[in-house]
Amino acid sequence: MDMQNLIHMANQIGDFFEAMPDREEALLGISGHLHNFWEPRMRSQLLKYVDTENGKDLKPIVVSAIRTHRSKLVSQH
Amino acid sequence: MLEQLNAKDFGTPLRTAEQEVTLEIDGMQVTVAAGTSIMRAASENGVNIPKLCATDSLEPFGSCRLCLVEIEGRKGYPASCTTPVERGMKVRTQSPKLQALRKGVMELYISDHPLDCLTCAANGNCELQDMAGVTGLREVRYGYEGENHIVSKKDESNPYFTYDPSKCIVCNRCVRACEETQGTYALTISGRGFESRVSAGQDQPFMESECVSCGACVQACPTATLQEKSVIALGQAEHSVITTCAYCGVGCSFKAEMKGNEVVRMVPNKDGHANEGHSCVKGRFAWGYATHKDRILKPMIRSRITDPWKEVSWDEALDHAASEFRRIQKKYGRDSIGGIVSSRCTNEEGYLVQKMVRAAFGNNNVDTCARVCHSPTGYGLKQTLGESAGTQTFKSVEHCDVIVVMGANPTDAHPVFASRMKKRLREGAKLIVIDPRHIDLVRSPHVEADFHLQLKPGTNVAIVSALAHVIVTEGLLATEFIAQRCEEKAFQQWRDFVALPENSPEAMQEITGVPAELVRGAARLYATGGNAAIYYGLGVTEHAQGSTAVMGIANLAMATGNIGREGVGVNPLRGQNNVQGSCDIGSFPHELPGYRHVSDSTTRHLFEQAWGVEIQPEPGLRIPNMFDAALDGSFMGLYCQGEDIVQSDPNIQHVAAALSAMECIVVQDIFMNETAMYAHVFLPGSSFLEKDGTFTNAERRISRVRKVMPPKAGYADWEVTIRLSRRLGYEMNYAHPSEIMDEIARLTPTFHGVSYEKLDQLGSIQWPCNDAAPLGTPTMHVDEFVRGKGHFIITKYVATDEKVTRKYPLILTTGRILSQYNVGAQTRRTENVQWHEQDILEIHPHDAEERGIKDGGWVGIHSRAGETALRAKVTERMQPGVVYTTFHFPGSGANVITTENSDWATNCPEYKVTAVQVMPVSEPSDWQKKYTRFSKVQHELLDQAKQAISKTKTIA
Ligand code: SF4
Ligand code: SF4
Ligand code: SF4
Ligand code: FES
Repeated sequence: MDMQNLIHMANQIGDFFEAMPDREEALLGISGHLHNFWEPRMRSQLLKYVDTENGKDLKPIVVSAIRTHRSKLVSQH
Repeated sequence: MLEQLNAKDFGTPLRTAEQEVTLEIDGMQVTVAAGTSIMRAASENGVNIPKLCATDSLEPFGSCRLCLVEIEGRKGYPASCTTPVERGMKVRTQSPKLQALRKGVMELYISDHPLDCLTCAANGNCELQDMAGVTGLREVRYGYEGENHIVSKKDESNPYFTYDPSKCIVCNRCVRACEETQGTYALTISGRGFESRVSAGQDQPFMESECVSCGACVQACPTATLQEKSVIALGQAEHSVITTCAYCGVGCSFKAEMKGNEVVRMVPNKDGHANEGHSCVKGRFAWGYATHKDRILKPMIRSRITDPWKEVSWDEALDHAASEFRRIQKKYGRDSIGGIVSSRCTNEEGYLVQKMVRAAFGNNNVDTCARVCHSPTGYGLKQTLGESAGTQTFKSVEHCDVIVVMGANPTDAHPVFASRMKKRLREGAKLIVIDPRHIDLVRSPHVEADFHLQLKPGTNVAIVSALAHVIVTEGLLATEFIAQRCEEKAFQQWRDFVALPENSPEAMQEITGVPAELVRGAARLYATGGNAAIYYGLGVTEHAQGSTAVMGIANLAMATGNIGREGVGVNPLRGQNNVQGSCDIGSFPHELPGYRHVSDSTTRHLFEQAWGVEIQPEPGLRIPNMFDAALDGSFMGLYCQGEDIVQSDPNIQHVAAALSAMECIVVQDIFMNETAMYAHVFLPGSSFLEKDGTFTNAERRISRVRKVMPPKAGYADWEVTIRLSRRLGYEMNYAHPSEIMDEIARLTPTFHGVSYEKLDQLGSIQWPCNDAAPLGTPTMHVDEFVRGKGHFIITKYVATDEKVTRKYPLILTTGRILSQYNVGAQTRRTENVQWHEQDILEIHPHDAEERGIKDGGWVGIHSRAGETALRAKVTERMQPGVVYTTFHFPGSGANVITTENSDWATNCPEYKVTAVQVMPVSEPSDWQKKYTRFSKVQHELLDQAKQAISKTKTIA
């Protein structure tokens, strides 16, 4: 799917959770949101992007959330 | 009197005082609530005092003098409608003297009334006729030769009702209905004495007056003076059926008055809990679309969207759809197809579509149009309060002291609720409007906003944080409530956040454009003005930060303790008739019925057992994701029930490209809508008059929809889904929608107590309805929040990416108007077009002048997504820098301009903010020209289907 759009959406999620004073909670918030609301093909495309493009154009907090909670974001199917 | 049609009229409104009064009426002891009129006390006890100017939906007026009674120890003959009961009173309702007085009154009325009863439209259903009978009128001594109004001219300007002054008895009921019930103040009695007659506006025809055609006056009129044209054409009905309006989220209850299978008129149901006998022009009058000639009644198929349609049997169409879906899944994978649940269809129908997607398609690719309206409400309220729904009943507004209306325009979009709200405002409740536009509520007859925070579009979160800042820093928090009811840590984090100087109204002023003092005043009023309730609409949700704003609203309610009782709360005004219901029954790709996540294995197993299939634990695609996946080649088939995504979703060209990329689109609808032009299979849908089921309105109120005529195309929508599912190899066995509701109730804790039987008993039920709340739940979160403790969430303002630039210096925001409904597929096919025959662009005089734009002239509107052209309306309702339009007509292309920018949490499109440029033009945009051509070709392809059939018939 359109990678620029996925990056934009992921950054918007990052913007929201970044306001949390507790960084751990913010990272969990971001990964939890991706897990709960993103369809697996969107998630795996994002994961692949982080792996191959080093998360270019993604907010650092988003990259960090994805790296920290990677296992949760891998599709179970 | 047509007893079978009319509910009992007690003459004056119900009084609910706790104190009771006992008195004697005609020798009988009766006890009623203090403040009750003698007329009502008698009526409640079976004694019907004659009356003409009194009716129980209006405050008594005491003008006709027909209801006179005798009271022991009192001189004269007081009017029973205006005289309240007193303890120990002894009342006589009948005596020779009373009868003579009443007869005299009737004689005067009749002497100035045409005696054409036998040919009058109200014959058999006229209170004047009834009273002539009751008073024993046998002769009229004054003759008709004298001065009278019998030749007065009829006003037929309104498309739905006529005004015949010759029949008017000047009882004032219509005037009071327009004031008290509707709150429009369009009618007056003009002239004095004999000359006096009802007049709309300044002696104008109804259509030229302020009248909004709600029908309240027609309903109140005891004679044929104000009469529905449909009754004039068809005569009085012979039976009636109670059902629910299929337009907006107010969910008004109606009596469909019928002659066999034909609707004669729709009358608002006095006992309806959502509307208490009121209606708006759409539900009351705009139902003609159901029998419009454009209805498509035969299934059709075609291989490519450039091919002509071919009418086929139901079997052939369904077989074709099923085999296409299976073929696509085989080729592209199980997750390559999905379905869209209609928020216009019933709960039962929606439940079946999501069940078919999860059980027969084997994935979770199901979504509903709540995606594009209130999905942020679902998300935001669940996170903060624990349940994805509004907290109150509509009636709760009667207990409000302060009403906040944010990003909503209730007088146009939720008219019947707006009338109830305006009533409370006239009684003295304070009003805060937060809206970029000068909506009607800001100033209308006897209503004026105390504060209008006219913010720039896209800055809701900034305003909400600024309001919270004032509440926190000025010590206006409900500390005790917060300590008892909310999570402490989250509250403290939120408190520290909003108290930051950057969130102060002064700091936010630059962003929102709202003077800090106004924000401070509004915050103080909200926090300290007594019961305060927030009502909000799509102006809150349809933003990049829609979900954040919803959470911010919930924060405000918790911070001030304005939740958990009557008169307060967080009230989303939901758009479509069943958008609440479609969300409740599991239409979202990540949730099973009752808002339970698909990854929750206990819930999943419950459904797996009940349905006998395995359910995927991962969320499916949301509507905009489906489009992206289609363009990517991984989503190739769609079952779309009663939803016009090509007109209603943003960036139409993107949507159209996505649909064109798919291999099989099945549209089920009553009309050939815009989406159907991209479809390969068309399955005829059924209107709300043709099926049984339930709708759930914005107050979580489940109401029955009842079939009043057989489905025109043979099947109701739920029956079609069952047949399609069967062909996909997944059997569904339901003989009646009540069985579907039984299954929903069995599997969903908040619906455990709901059944058709109980709905028949109670009239309607607000969920949760279960063992803990057997009669339903009018007010939520009373003793504790659904999630336990209330959860404050930090809501940081983030500017949208849709920013004004030199190229696109204006912000376009979109909305809707009273007479048209959403994509207009229904209302455009009624006389409602007389009020609004095209979408127009509203623009401030300053912006217009700068561009040489004239009122009524054509203007081109460009955004980064596309361009279109509309006629301009130059108006100060807009603030400079902001333009506005509606999207009721497909050719206007409002959604050609809107972008696919969306809410961060739910992908709800940012319809309310698009950066645009507006310039005078002389011709339609390229898109419009292309659209006109495409639409013409599609209609020809449709006509070819019909011609093919008529040819075959001729040959046979
Ligand atoms: S139809 Fe409604 S708005 Fe119009 S005059 Fe009657 S009551 Fe007033
Ligand atoms: S129009 Fe009807 S309701 Fe109005 S004053 Fe005349 S008779 Fe009464
Ligand atoms: S307010 Fe809504 S539900 Fe009520 S009649 Fe109007 S459109 Fe129908
Ligand atoms: S009904 Fe009481 S005065 Fe008319």
